[in-house]
Amino acid sequence: MTPFDKVLVANRGEIACRVMRTCRDLGLSTVAVYSDADANEPHVRLADEAVRLGPAPVRESYLDLEAVLAAAHRTGAQAIHPGYGFLSENADFAEAVTDEGLVFIGPRAETIRAMGSKAGARSLMARHGVPVVPGYSGLEQSDEALVEAAAGIGFPVLIKASAGGGGKGMSIVRGADEMVAALAQARRVAGAAFGDATLLLERYVESPRHVEVQIFGDRHGNAMHLFERECSIQRRFQKIIEESPSPAPALTPAIRAALCEAGVTAARAMGYEGAGTVEFLLDAQGRFYFLEVNTRLQVEHPVTEFVTGLDLVRLQLLVAAGAKLSDLVPEVRQTGHAIEARLYAEDPALDFLPATGRLLEWSPPEGPGLRVDAGVAQGSVVGIDYDPLLAKLIAWAPTRAEAVLRLRGALRRLGVQGVTTNRTFLRAVLAHPAFVAGDTHTHFIADHFPVETRAAVPSAAQVEVAAIAAALTDADERVERARGTPAVRPGFRLDHAVPQWVEYVGASGPVRVEYEAQARGRYRARTGTAPDGPGPWRDAKLERDVVGSGGWRLSVDGHAQRLVVLADGPARCVRGAELQVRLVEQPRFPELDRTARGGGCEAPMPGRVVAVLVESGDRVAPGQPLVILEAMKMEQTLTAAAAAVVEAVRVAPGDRVEAGAVLVTLGVPADD
Amino acid sequence: MIRPLPTRVDRHGERFRQNLAANTSAVAQLREALALARAGGGEKYNARHKERGKLLPRERVELLLDRDAPFLEICALAGHGIGAGVKAGASIVGGVGVVAGVECMIACTEATVKGGAMNEYSVMKSRRLAEISEENRLPAIHLIESAGADLPNQSRIFVPGGRAFRDITRASKAGIPNICLVFGSSTAGGAYIPGMSDYTVMVDQQARVFLAGPPLVKMATNEDADEESLGGAAMHSRTSGVSDYLAHDEYEAIRLGREIVSLLPGRKAGPAPCPSADVSPPLYDAEDLLGIVSADVKVPFDAREVIARLVDGSAFHEFKPEFGTTLVTGWAHVHGYPVGILANQGVLFSESAQKGAQFIQLCNQKSVPLLFLQNITGFMVGTQYEQGGIIKHGAKLINAVSNSTVPAITIMMGASFGAGNYGMCGRAYAPRFLFSWPNHRIAVMGGEQLAGVLEIVKRDAAAKSGQSVDEMELSMMKMMLAQQIDKESNAYFATARLWDDGIIDPRDTRDVVGLCLSATHNAPVEGTMAFGVFRH
Repeated sequence: MTPFDKVLVANRGEIACRVMRTCRDLGLSTVAVYSDADANEPHVRLADEAVRLGPAPVRESYLDLEAVLAAAHRTGAQAIHPGYGFLSENADFAEAVTDEGLVFIGPRAETIRAMGSKAGARSLMARHGVPVVPGYSGLEQSDEALVEAAAGIGFPVLIKASAGGGGKGMSIVRGADEMVAALAQARRVAGAAFGDATLLLERYVESPRHVEVQIFGDRHGNAMHLFERECSIQRRFQKIIEESPSPAPALTPAIRAALCEAGVTAARAMGYEGAGTVEFLLDAQGRFYFLEVNTRLQVEHPVTEFVTGLDLVRLQLLVAAGAKLSDLVPEVRQTGHAIEARLYAEDPALDFLPATGRLLEWSPPEGPGLRVDAGVAQGSVVGIDYDPLLAKLIAWAPTRAEAVLRLRGALRRLGVQGVTTNRTFLRAVLAHPAFVAGDTHTHFIADHFPVETRAAVPSAAQVEVAAIAAALTDADERVERARGTPAVRPGFRLDHAVPQWVEYVGASGPVRVEYEAQARGRYRARTGTAPDGPGPWRDAKLERDVVGSGGWRLSVDGHAQRLVVLADGPARCVRGAELQVRLVEQPRFPELDRTARGGGCEAPMPGRVVAVLVESGDRVAPGQPLVILEAMKMEQTLTAAAAAVVEAVRVAPGDRVEAGAVLVTLGVPADD
Repeated sequence: MIRPLPTRVDRHGERFRQNLAANTSAVAQLREALALARAGGGEKYNARHKERGKLLPRERVELLLDRDAPFLEICALAGHGIGAGVKAGASIVGGVGVVAGVECMIACTEATVKGGAMNEYSVMKSRRLAEISEENRLPAIHLIESAGADLPNQSRIFVPGGRAFRDITRASKAGIPNICLVFGSSTAGGAYIPGMSDYTVMVDQQARVFLAGPPLVKMATNEDADEESLGGAAMHSRTSGVSDYLAHDEYEAIRLGREIVSLLPGRKAGPAPCPSADVSPPLYDAEDLLGIVSADVKVPFDAREVIARLVDGSAFHEFKPEFGTTLVTGWAHVHGYPVGILANQGVLFSESAQKGAQFIQLCNQKSVPLLFLQNITGFMVGTQYEQGGIIKHGAKLINAVSNSTVPAITIMMGASFGAGNYGMCGRAYAPRFLFSWPNHRIAVMGGEQLAGVLEIVKRDAAAKSGQSVDEMELSMMKMMLAQQIDKESNAYFATARLWDDGIIDPRDTRDVVGLCLSATHNAPVEGTMAFGVFRH
């Protein structure tokens, strides 16, 4: 029996939902916490009870440890599951939870604290014989000392924040001349993000694989591993595709066993309790180096669950309740192959810039060997305050090739619209011959998907189908909705001569659709753009798909497709198995008196102003930084396009701005 | 509830295929005629108009209409083949269209045709459009850019043309708004269209509205005036108040027109139809109509086969099917609107006429609109029938048609000869809408019969005076007369003279009838029990 029957999940999104599902399966009552931005999100609706923490910013909500503890007391929860991120690796929080007499579902506070220092972790592991990357973790933090240390380690060198995680503040330096600038940037990020500017350096292993071992320990001294996961496919130091087992050819049975055993060694060295992950770099020769320990449940834990058949959250809960691992998991085997793809609200073509918006459509695929862990629902608002992870799609199959196929199929069937996502990019990665061959490493994306190839630019044929679908479904709905006039064929004219028309602007430019109804559901349609003029007429048949909402069947010249067409203001989002196109309808009656906006710098995305580097009246040179903006995990410096005089500064540090907001207005210098 | 009609059409039969071939080519000919009318002033004048940065008249209409909404053009071929500078369409694009969800009467002058100058056919067409607006209580929208009266022909238009302004203000009084969008010249008499309208929008730098232009002002008072201060949009919007809205360009004028309509109280006075979701299309393909309808008006065809392709679910409740069988009467729905249908199935006998009169009274009793499907060579003649009182029975039908107050719609399916035209609600009996099929023939009688009648009269006269007839001259006369009557009875001759509201593709009939019924329901639909004296 557990010493608790009500669990507060101190998290949001998919992980909160996932933890609550297992709690419910075990018969435990669940408490959600939420910020104002999340009041209607799925994790709140899934929980038996929910408590508001505060406003949207994380420091005032999910990172507010007092508020979380108060919520636990208020609801009588006896245990807290921290999920990942937020307070999960905050030793003070773990300590406070225990001090209050509650159960923290995770390792002991001192383990968290010890592993929170990268340098401390390295030296502990080195002492216990776990191989580590050569590096520097000295207390002497002067530029001189760090530059000298880097030379000793040998370039390229990786700079990391000692207190950091999740790739934040990391940078690669390839030569001594870049060091000083990189150190300054890393210190600022580390200071801002973790309140600790201490940096550490390590050898940067070229083209390594990122392989990690899932470990588990209990308070009775048991420690075990649940095999490895490979998480080499990363962008901006964050994983997007993970799998188990690792396809690395270097991972011979002997090396695999050694790697997993190193994980167990690490667990014993820490006296580890609960779920944790020991991360390694694996090179082509099969050498592996300890990277760090994640003292929490990982995002990618489902692949381990699929190949082992275990529920890791169940194990966490039961171990925290004092159960013996040896009773819970008498033996463990790795069966088949599982792959996870992380669906992010981001734009791969803009260097994975986080995207925001409202989810117009959320319809996850279902099927055998398929699991979707989602934290969103139709209508969810994806804002700037939280990690843009929308969901994880995980596929299992007896072989890796089948699992890849299944995951690709799942991504194809996934219905997600309204927010730019990396769906198409994930499909492209999964279809890449190198990935299919298992030839993955941490530079995979940089090597195989240079930024200019990442745009999910629909083909002309896809735009044509999408534009026809958008126009015809609108026409059909208008006729359907028309009150007071009979539902005759759309655009009824006695001489059958005038096509109806509509103009859209899509990612690849303007598209004009002309169409003529022969009867309800039967059309002639063509698309075109200036200067080429209209393309050939197509026969189009349109009918409502009986299955699902917003679904249509459109046949263009005999090629039938199932499509979902959704309206988002003036935009039409068209999705099919092989296409996803967003088209913005242009007004028939153009706006007049549009006042031209003066020169200035605009926010390219919603975010928060970190620093304003100019004042009103300043003269600026071309390329001179004006404002530093932060959104999610990216810092962006906005610069002057040309020599100018600052007319007005409209924002201050800390301000939250929407995309397109004018931050600084610039004028022509008087003497020009 | 009501059972569907069966069909006995043989698509592979000789007659079907012959009709199909002939009617298909008749429809193609109709499309050509309509295309010519649509071209307005032709390529050269259209291009010149576009060069001035203006929208073509039909582009203005298209922008004004709701997207994907129907536009039922009226008298599209008025003036067709008249010559003397009159173009098909009579320099006006007119019809019933949906603007901001409201069915409106739209009348747009065609500035590319002789500068939009009005001829006598334009006057007749304007009058007809105003009549439809008034009878069916449709708000009217005038899109004006017109040189005014076609001055060399002023004698034909000056006096009747004045009616247009009276119509506008009387519509206003009756609560039917008139909205005027001025895109160009609207001068002299034409200035009263914006002047009389309830709402007037003028396009800046384009509208010219004055009683007299600079040359006439110079002649009359020796004043040097420029057009902009004499009648520009800005002046009328800011100084004279003739214009209520100043539009910066044509797009804004049209947008304002749409906004004005959107603010009108939009409730239709007639009863609502069945919800469109409950309306089922006919069971049989409308394409068959081209094979069913006789290309030769002398060959009869089954009216029930036509009805089966017009009405919802092909469901038809026939009234008095065993009596007066040459007139089919019964109830059905078209696009959800109930209708009482009267369709010819041969010549009218006394019984058919009595049945028709009774049926019209029943429709009035329950306020159901009437649909006449006319294909009539006339009332039966001969001693037996005269003695049977066919005149008095025909008079009953004409009495009922004339005094009926429910909306009536007439479709000319083929023949329309003699008093049959009257009894079946021909143009003179003021159906709310009247459309014809391309094979339609209309006259007091057929050319051959008419020539034959005249021959008998001539021979009788010659015999009485003891003279001999010049056989050569007589047969020449007969041939020429028959040719003349045939020419003057064809559908294009008729539509050019506004004897109907247009020629339609038979396959569009269901939708046209639906749109007409919908338009009529903007006015109250109320029958009457008050008729003239029926002679029994």
